[in-house]
Amino acid sequence: MKIGVPKEIHEGERRVATTPDVASQLIKMGFSVAVETGAGAAASYSDAAFESAGCEIVATAAELWSQADLILKVRAPEDGEEELLRAEQTLISFLAPGQNPELLKQLTESGATAMSMDSVPRISRAQKMDALSSMANIAGYRAVIEAAQHFGRFFTGQITAAGKIPPAKVLVIGAGVAGLSAIGAAKSMGAIVRAFDTRPEVKEQVESMDGEFLMLDFDDEDGTGEGGYAKVMSDEFIAAEMALFAEQAKEVDIIITTALIPGRPAPLLVTAEMVGMMNDGSVIVDLAAETGGNCELTEADKVVQRDGVSIIGYTDLPSRLATQSSQLYATNLRHLISELCPEKDGNIVVDMEDEVIRGATVCKDGETTWPPPAPKLSAAPPQAAAPATAPPPAAAETKPSVAGPMIAVVVGALALLGLGAVAPPSFMAHFTVFVLACFVGYMVIWNVTPALHTPLMSVTNAISSIIVIGALLQISSTDTVIMWIAAATILITSINIAGGFAVTRRMLEMFRK
Amino acid sequence: MNIAGIVTMSYIAATVLFILALGGLSNPETARRGNWYGIVGMTIALLATILGVVTQQYVILIVALLIGGSIGLVLARRVQMTQMPELVAILHSLVGLAAVMVGFASFMDPSAHFDGVEQTIHNIEVYLGILIGAVTFSGSVIAFGKLSARISGSPLTLPGRHLFNLGLLIAAIWFGREFVLQAAAGGGLQPLIIMTVIALIFGIHMVMAIGGADMPVVVSMLNSYSGWAAAATGFMLSNDLLIVTGALVGSSGAILSYIMCRAMNRRFLAVIAGGFGTGGGAVAAGDVADQGEVVAIEAHEAAALLANAKEIMIVPGYGMAVAQAQHIVNEITATLRTKGVNVRFGIHPVAGRMPGHMNVLLAEARVPYDIVFEMDEVNEDFPDVDVSIVIGANDIVNPSAQEEPDSPIAGMPVLEVWKGKTTIVLKRSMATGYAGVQNPLFFKENTRMLFGDAKDSLDAVFKAL
Repeated sequence: MKIGVPKEIHEGERRVATTPDVASQLIKMGFSVAVETGAGAAASYSDAAFESAGCEIVATAAELWSQADLILKVRAPEDGEEELLRAEQTLISFLAPGQNPELLKQLTESGATAMSMDSVPRISRAQKMDALSSMANIAGYRAVIEAAQHFGRFFTGQITAAGKIPPAKVLVIGAGVAGLSAIGAAKSMGAIVRAFDTRPEVKEQVESMDGEFLMLDFDDEDGTGEGGYAKVMSDEFIAAEMALFAEQAKEVDIIITTALIPGRPAPLLVTAEMVGMMNDGSVIVDLAAETGGNCELTEADKVVQRDGVSIIGYTDLPSRLATQSSQLYATNLRHLISELCPEKDGNIVVDMEDEVIRGATVCKDGETTWPPPAPKLSAAPPQAAAPATAPPPAAAETKPSVAGPMIAVVVGALALLGLGAVAPPSFMAHFTVFVLACFVGYMVIWNVTPALHTPLMSVTNAISSIIVIGALLQISSTDTVIMWIAAATILITSINIAGGFAVTRRMLEMFRK
Repeated sequence: MNIAGIVTMSYIAATVLFILALGGLSNPETARRGNWYGIVGMTIALLATILGVVTQQYVILIVALLIGGSIGLVLARRVQMTQMPELVAILHSLVGLAAVMVGFASFMDPSAHFDGVEQTIHNIEVYLGILIGAVTFSGSVIAFGKLSARISGSPLTLPGRHLFNLGLLIAAIWFGREFVLQAAAGGGLQPLIIMTVIALIFGIHMVMAIGGADMPVVVSMLNSYSGWAAAATGFMLSNDLLIVTGALVGSSGAILSYIMCRAMNRRFLAVIAGGFGTGGGAVAAGDVADQGEVVAIEAHEAAALLANAKEIMIVPGYGMAVAQAQHIVNEITATLRTKGVNVRFGIHPVAGRMPGHMNVLLAEARVPYDIVFEMDEVNEDFPDVDVSIVIGANDIVNPSAQEEPDSPIAGMPVLEVWKGKTTIVLKRSMATGYAGVQNPLFFKENTRMLFGDAKDSLDAVFKAL
């Protein structure tokens, strides 16, 4: 099959859907790869690099679309691209089927198969194909870089001969993938980082990135929605949240907002009033600009100056780090393709039984297959029943364990008393020695360090060949058979004596500080 | 001159030296001296017996001692440290065999005269000595076969094997009664031989039913048996030195068996009954089959992880022994330590095929023993560990022992590697461990799998470092 990678035509889009590295891996899977000329130029991947990776360079988009069986793109098709799609082709890109019903209708009517990278279900198996997460990671990092660009001070605090430089204070709202990435980037530049999220369970993740998690003093309302995203919160909660942000706005220098609720406009978190409270020179980076913005004053794709505060509403943050984001996105695509191509024979099979593939496929054979049935969440395995069944056997086991030793002790005591009643004195003397020796052994052996258990076994083995004494006592026997048996016994036990002590010595020599 | 008194005094000295030898093993520093105590004790006992008791056949005696001693020394020098469990097992079998032979010789000895109860007790002692000796012998031979992979390591589970064992036990008791009755009348060789065969079969069957990873218990149990066999022989010959030494060795092996069982959270009888991991294990593996995806990495990525870590914990398992990877592990450890990385080893009590197996391998590779820790010493430190390297271990790092109450290994103490930041697991394939339980560790988000032979993989990691 031939994979075609056209140049992105969306204005300002610098990413490309494959890189020379990934292309060569696709070729190894049995595909041939065609790239439109200049497709990777904006992401610093030259035609020559693609060529040396084994790709074919095609001069025009029309030619590429007509040749390829599988089209890989970053952005959804636009400006007539969708007309080029043919029934037997497969398209994989970001499609946002929920936001673009018309495009979905058009794709369905074309009869082609279309898979949307933003519809890959968020289950652990599909993590390596989760392009939303890999893009969000980049967006979070880039958001900090953009903030630094517009912020007039250092991030890190310093004491210099020319005076003290206070560290920048950064507030990250929404601790998803992008938020956590922003926390990490800001922290590594030396800022004081605080973070807020409606989902209490992310506290640990924030703290793992060395950020300070702001707790809302509120009745435990859990903002965790389906698939690990946040959900819409109650009015009281939002009021308390806004009060917290207002208080923080007076203090912090940089606010990075990443709050998104799937399929809804972005929640309004930073009001114009709060912007007014911020110090001059402060920066707000709004990662939700595309869906309306978390800040009231955000304008998509622009930097707005208001009350001395720069409000950055770029929607193309991943594209601004095009080399990195192309590479991650291309790798996500490659993982999806290798799922589609289990035989590694260069042919794809859209297996609608596979949860991941089913979730990503938005239309196939002229039928719309979006939205997919709800994914089975792997986060909550059905374990509730197990603990309930476990205790009874444990209880049943403890009962005899009380009676068992009692019976054993009684039986043992009776047997020993019976033995004592009939045994001759010489036996009793030996028996005394035996019991005492068992106790000495018990006391001594517990002191042996576990590291030396193997030498312990080999040395006890050597010592147990003291049984040779028995053979020595017998070798002087006048009976030839007994004499020869004793000689053989001496032979084998002396193997044991010499071997046991020598190997113990060899082992102990190796233990050193 | 009272020769018997001098011999007895020498035996007492030997006894004390043996106790000191075992006591010395509490610390690697004193252990070397302890071994010398053992050698001196054995020499005193031998000399006292040869000079004080033996009256004839000195030539044969000396020749036998020399031949056996040379064989032993050659074996000890040639053996690879990874073959240690086999060596110990085969040496146990020699003690068992010796007990059987001494028992028969003692039975046939015409010079011994006992009357009444004393004779009955003596005959029971002979019978027990031979019984324990025979079980030790055949069991150790089978254990040797299993450990050296001459016999399949998987448990042999015959239908009705418990009934079979019970039958053997009853037969052994019945023939014991027959033997005592016939021996009183001057005969008894026939039931004695039949019993020996039964004991041999019992030993074979018992160890055949026990699987590869329960070998630490089996080896220490056989160690214990060889001690009891010596003690029984001591009773038979009315020799206190044998009784004391046998009891020391017997209780030592028993304690080791107990420690091993506790480390697996299993009852001793359950291990001995055998057949573990064949019933419930398969079901549990099916239950958790769909656990998600494992993340595989390459050697150079693993090296990068190690190079950036400050705290590293290495958890070796039997796979390290199989791949002979201990030397390269030491080289990696040394390299990382010169870079200021804190590298430690966490050893599970039942890692490997005999108690302390991993410690010996690491010592052989010259890993300093003060960075090698027991499970209980390091288990609480895992949250601070940046990278844990699991080398060819599976069940001993399985979180389901703690998380799934119905897992076959539930309750077994395990090394909590998953609490660390990243875990690298070296493994040949995704096969389950000995217990037949899938390991959720491999599917954790912070786990990376490095597939391939442990030695080859580590060689590549070392080069990349």
